[in-house]
Amino acid sequence: MSDSRKPFVASGDIPPSPPPSSVVGPVAWVRENLFSSIPNAIMTLVGAFIIYSLLASVIPWLFLDSVWNATSLGNCREIDDGACLAVIKERYLQFIYGFYPDEERWRSVLAFVLMVVAVWPVLFAGAPRKMLYASALYPAVAYWLIWGGTIWGPVGVMLGPIIAIIAYRILAPVLRGTSMEEGIANILAILFAVAVIVLWWMFGVEIFDGTLNSIVSIGLPVVESSKIGGFLLSLIIGVSGIAGSFPLGIALALGRRSNLLFIKAMSTGFIEFIRGVPLITLLFVASTLLNYFLPPGTSFDIILRVVIMVTIFAAAYMAEVIRGGLAALPKGQYEAADALGLDYWKSMRLIILPQALKISIPGIVNTFIGLFKDTTLVSVIGLLDPVGILNPIRADQNWNGIVWELYGFIAIFFFVFCFGMSRYSQYLERKLQTGHR
Amino acid sequence: MSEVAIDREIDRSKLSVSDEVAIEITAMNKWYGDFHVLRDISLTVNRGERIVVCGPSGSGKSTLIRCINRLEEHQKGTIVVDGIELSSDLKNIDKIRSEVGMCFQHFNLFPHLSVLDNCTLAPIWVRKEPRKEAEDRAMHYLERVKIADQALKFPGQLSGGQQQRVAIARSLCMNPRIMLFDEPTSALDPEMIKEVLDVMVDLAETGMTMICVTHEMGFARQVANRVIFMDQGQIIEQNEPEEFFNNPQSDRTKLFLSQILSH
Repeated sequence: MSDSRKPFVASGDIPPSPPPSSVVGPVAWVRENLFSSIPNAIMTLVGAFIIYSLLASVIPWLFLDSVWNATSLGNCREIDDGACLAVIKERYLQFIYGFYPDEERWRSVLAFVLMVVAVWPVLFAGAPRKMLYASALYPAVAYWLIWGGTIWGPVGVMLGPIIAIIAYRILAPVLRGTSMEEGIANILAILFAVAVIVLWWMFGVEIFDGTLNSIVSIGLPVVESSKIGGFLLSLIIGVSGIAGSFPLGIALALGRRSNLLFIKAMSTGFIEFIRGVPLITLLFVASTLLNYFLPPGTSFDIILRVVIMVTIFAAAYMAEVIRGGLAALPKGQYEAADALGLDYWKSMRLIILPQALKISIPGIVNTFIGLFKDTTLVSVIGLLDPVGILNPIRADQNWNGIVWELYGFIAIFFFVFCFGMSRYSQYLERKLQTGHR
Repeated sequence: MSEVAIDREIDRSKLSVSDEVAIEITAMNKWYGDFHVLRDISLTVNRGERIVVCGPSGSGKSTLIRCINRLEEHQKGTIVVDGIELSSDLKNIDKIRSEVGMCFQHFNLFPHLSVLDNCTLAPIWVRKEPRKEAEDRAMHYLERVKIADQALKFPGQLSGGQQQRVAIARSLCMNPRIMLFDEPTSALDPEMIKEVLDVMVDLAETGMTMICVTHEMGFARQVANRVIFMDQGQIIEQNEPEEFFNNPQSDRTKLFLSQILSH
C-alpha cells in the first residue's frame, strides 16, 4: 500500500470507464427489493396477502359472477350473486345525458366532440394556431347546440366583447384629446366599454335576436335546463368552471399583490370571504337567494347561476395558488424586467406570469381536479348530476337497495377525467423543463 | 477579493471623458424605514466617465446605483439622469430605464427564454422594433461579448461567466447611454471573472458611461477614471485611481484598502 500522503504529480489522464456490471436479473431484484431484510420480507408477505384478498373479492364480484341482463335487483340475485350491472345497462343513458330528449342527443355528443377539438390547441402547443379561432367560438356554439333556440342569441352574446372593444377604441382617443390626464381618460373609456357590454347583454341581445330571427330563422329545438343532467351536466359545469376560474384567479392574485390599496383590499376581501364559506352555501345562495337580489322579472337560468358560483369559488382558491407561485419567483426577475424598461403589464405577461404559472402547475391542476369533483354538490340543490340521478333510480321499485354498482360507475367516470388531468399536468411539467439548473 | 490582472493592452487614449453631464445627484438621502441608508450623496457623472464604487458591505453602494434607475426610491434630494429628473412620474422612470442599462450580481436572465430571446425581448416590446432588426442587433452584441454560438441555448445551460456576458449583451441591445454594474463578478468563479472584465473593458473603450460597484481593484486601477469609497451611507473619499490607491487620505479608506489588497 503506497503512502498517499507523499507529494504526487499525475503522469497522464485516467480515461473514463464504464461502471461495474451489477448482478442483474429478476431473482436478484426480488431478493434486493422485497426480501432484503426480515421486516421487509414480512411487509412484502403482508402486502401480497392484502393485494390477493382485494383481487379475490373484487374480480369474482365484478367480472365472474356479475349479471348484465336482468329486470330488477331481485331478478339479479336469482341469476347470480355478483355485481348487478344490469342496472347500469338499463340506465346508462340517464347517467350520461340526464333527461335530455332522445332524438336531440346527437347535439350533446357533437358538443362534446367539438369541445375536444376546441381544447386541443390550448393544451398542446404542437397543434396549428389557427385552431384557436375555433376555440374562441366554441362557448357560443356549444351553448347553442346543447340548449337550442335561435342561433342569433349566442351570436349576439359573442358580439358583446367586440362591441365593447369598438366602443373603447372610439372613445379613448376622443378623451385623450381633451385636457384630462391620460390615465384617467383610459379608465373612463374602459368604464364606458364595460357599461356598453352590460347594457348590450341585458337588453341589446334580445332586440338583436328578435330582429334577425324575423329575417332569417335558424334554430334548434329548445331543451330546458331542468332536463340536462348526468355526466353532461358535470362536464358543462366543470369545464365552464375551470375555464372561467383560471383568468379570474390570475386577476385576483395580481390584485392581491397590487400596490394600489383599493384593488388590494377588494381582492383580499373577496378571496377571504369566498374561501371562508362552504361551496354548498354558495350553491344555496345561487338557487334561492339570488332571485331576491335581482330586479323582479329577471330570471337567470339555474345552470348559469351554478356555473357562476362554482367559477367564483374555484377562482378564490386558484388566486392563492398563483400568489404562491408569484412569491416563489426570485425578486431579481422583477428587477431585471423593470431595469429593461418593461411596464407592469408587459413584464407580467412576458416574464413573471409564464414562470409563476409554471411553478404553480401542480397546485393549479389540483384545484381543477377538486373543482370537477365538487360539481357533484349540485345534487343538493336539485340538479340532476350523476349523484342526483342516483336517487330516482334507487327509488324505483325494481332497483331498491342497490348501492355499490351505481357509485362505482360514477367513481370510474370521475377517475378517468381526474386521472387524465393529472397525467396531462405531468406531461406539461416535463415539457416546460427548459434546462433549469 | 482577488486582484484579477487585466493583462491586455488598454488603449487609454480611447478612454475619454466629455464635458456633458450624464448623471447629477444632489444631496440625496434614502431611508429604509428608520434606517438612514444613504446620507447626503452628491455626485456628478460626465458622459464617458467610468466610476468604480467600493466599500465594505452594508455601505449602501448597491442601493446608490439602484436609486439611479429607480429600482429603489430616494426620499430626499434630486437625481437627474440625462436631463430627466427621477420622480414618481412613471413616464420619466420608463424613459430613464430605457437609457440606463443594468447588470446584476446574480445575472437575472429570464430562464424560460433562449439567450437570443432574452436579448430581443426589450427592443421588440419596449422600442417596438421589428423582430428581424432586433435579432440582428442581438447577434451583433452577442458576438461582441463572444457568445454568439450559444444564442439558441437557455440560461440554465450556460456557465456563470457566460450568463453574465449574456446579461451585458442584453442590456446593450437597448442602446443605453449609461451602464450600471452591481457587483457583476462577485458571484463568479475566479477563472470566469477575467472573461467578464474583458467585456467591460471593451465597453469602456467605446466611450460608455459606466458606474461599477465592484471589488475588482485591478479593473479600477486600469480602467476607472474615478474611484469612490463609501462607508455607512456616505461618500468618504473619491479620487483618481492612482491617487486613491497610493495615497488614501481618510483613515477608513486606508483600513478598507489594507483589508482587501493584502492576502
